[in-house]
Amino acid sequence: MLKVPRTILASAIAAGCVLAAGAGASVTAAGVAYKDVADMLIAVMVADRTVYTKKVVQRLAAKEKVVKASEHFDDDKALPLPAQMFRFGAEHVADNTDKFSYSLLSMWPINKQNAPRTEIEKAGLQFVADNKGENYYGEEELGGKKYFTAVYADVAVAAVCASCHNEHKDTPRTDFKVGDVMGGVVIRIPMAE
Amino acid sequence: MNRTAQLWLLWILLTVAGGGVLVAGMFYGGPTRAKLLIGETTSGHHQIELACNACHTSAFNSSEDIEKTCHGCHDADLNAAKDSHPLKKFRDPRNADRLDKLAATKCITCHTEHRPNVTNAMGVTLPSDYCALCHQDVGKNRPSHAGLGFETCASAGCHNYHDNTSIYEDFLEKHAAEPDVKDKPVVKLNTEKIEIPAKGDRLSTADAADAPAGKQGGAGVMAEWLATSHARGGVNCSGCHAPKAKGTEAVAANWVDKPDHKVCATCHGIEATTWRQGKHGMRLADKMLSETQGLYGLFQNKSLSPMRPELARLPMQSKAAHSELTCTSCHSSHAFDTKQAAVASCTGCHADEHTKAYEGSPHHKLLVAELSGNAETGTGVSCATCHMPRAWMEGPGGYEEALVANHNQNANLRPNEKMIRSVCMNCHGLGFSIDALADPDLIKRNFDGRPSAHIESIDWVMKRLKEKGGQ
Repeated sequence: MLKVPRTILASAIAAGCVLAAGAGASVTAAGVAYKDVADMLIAVMVADRTVYTKKVVQRLAAKEKVVKASEHFDDDKALPLPAQMFRFGAEHVADNTDKFSYSLLSMWPINKQNAPRTEIEKAGLQFVADNKGENYYGEEELGGKKYFTAVYADVAVAAVCASCHNEHKDTPRTDFKVGDVMGGVVIRIPMAE
Repeated sequence: MNRTAQLWLLWILLTVAGGGVLVAGMFYGGPTRAKLLIGETTSGHHQIELACNACHTSAFNSSEDIEKTCHGCHDADLNAAKDSHPLKKFRDPRNADRLDKLAATKCITCHTEHRPNVTNAMGVTLPSDYCALCHQDVGKNRPSHAGLGFETCASAGCHNYHDNTSIYEDFLEKHAAEPDVKDKPVVKLNTEKIEIPAKGDRLSTADAADAPAGKQGGAGVMAEWLATSHARGGVNCSGCHAPKAKGTEAVAANWVDKPDHKVCATCHGIEATTWRQGKHGMRLADKMLSETQGLYGLFQNKSLSPMRPELARLPMQSKAAHSELTCTSCHSSHAFDTKQAAVASCTGCHADEHTKAYEGSPHHKLLVAELSGNAETGTGVSCATCHMPRAWMEGPGGYEEALVANHNQNANLRPNEKMIRSVCMNCHGLGFSIDALADPDLIKRNFDGRPSAHIESIDWVMKRLKEKGGQ
């Protein structure tokens, strides 16, 4: 069980650590701060997501053209898109633990169910879009449970990220470029009572 | 004791005894249980309604316990259907407010048993506009959907809650231009050979039969057996009638005149498993007990009997009313003729309009042409072609896939759009298939004629595409 550090503020805290998240984390025998746990998780998520995007999809689909990547990868006998890969991971985690959850959201979602819904999601996505390189942290109560919630920018790390979103018929935005913030990863950790 | 007191005592004793019989029936089963059902069950469960333990695993089980039994039987189907609303999507805390409105993580929120008065299509017991609870703003992003009644989402042929594999938008777009009948209408998997590993050398003469004296079949039985893939694959009489016995004496000692489905399952595991998932064999699925052991031995574990046509809710042939369904009911006991199993075995019991209209229908004519050698393999359409289609399926261990006939006849039937990909689109275009399956009268006529219904989903997809392209 995570120890509840008293240093976590009740209100949202913005902190600039981006993908260097986890650096300087205070890991002690007594526990790890919620923020540090979230930063460690995002570091792994971003690493896997970037590796899949660049070393698999970008290399094999966009560059070598030996296989396609498709939203309908089963029907098209293709690679899942990086965003789908990420969501499948989130679903896998949801199936196996309730100690944390994460989701990939955007203010410009292709699937409208992935638009921000809670106040922290709305504020967090706006914050990471406006303040490149910074993260957003806060607490919220959902369904009677308190959560430590962290929002991290989801950046277009490859040309295919931007082009695929720009060209999708359900996209509400068509001017993404490599390096743009396209959305955010929201990590939630249930807080001990 | 005066007479009034005696009558009171008698009344109390009779009441307690009567109540005891009813309570025992409820908890342990037996003949009184049928009278205690609290409401007619859905068509999906009525065959096993007297095996209360199938869902109510203990006398005072929780809704979570019931949920586990739902998943135990239905998860594989939902996974195969790429469930559009899997539970894991709702586990995310961000959906907590939605779960307050609709507990979508529980099957019984939408599918409550024993509620015949509020049960709609697909066994749904919610008001049919339930989609509005989460998708009320769909009109904002899809102007074409603005103003549509939410009760039409799942009833107009456009969406299903769980299985949208053949009606999702990009699939509609991809197959929009297909003709009613494809250039080469062939059920591809019916052209492939089903391989089952041989048990030994081919047995080609009646002398090879190892049935003990007195159990040898007549010439007809021998001829039937020798013509089967059983004999070709080295499966002798003992292979089914005394499968574990070795040697003449052991075979005689362990001989079973009428082997049951468990024997068939030793070689035909996927077929037996899927058969027990469907309406033909579900009464013989594991733990379907009409009576459970208890009350100092007064009650014993008793499995449900095999299905009989008289128990069905669909119209059945009266002559077949009392026949029990096992593997050999359809496959016969020695010939194992799949051609018979694919049509005659079905029509021998089923007597609904769709079945009665099969003979002479376009699909039947194609089958006659194929069987008479006047058309290519895979061009004929039998009952089994659509209702027990071949598929590559995982074996019971989950380790390997095999090409088999899926013996769960319900697997692609509810909703009937499930049949589009596994069956219809072998020969027909997507639009024609959707329309045909949306026309109940055409289904009754066994597809003799053209669809009078038209589902506009493909039109809408193409219209939207055109509008997007014009932007």
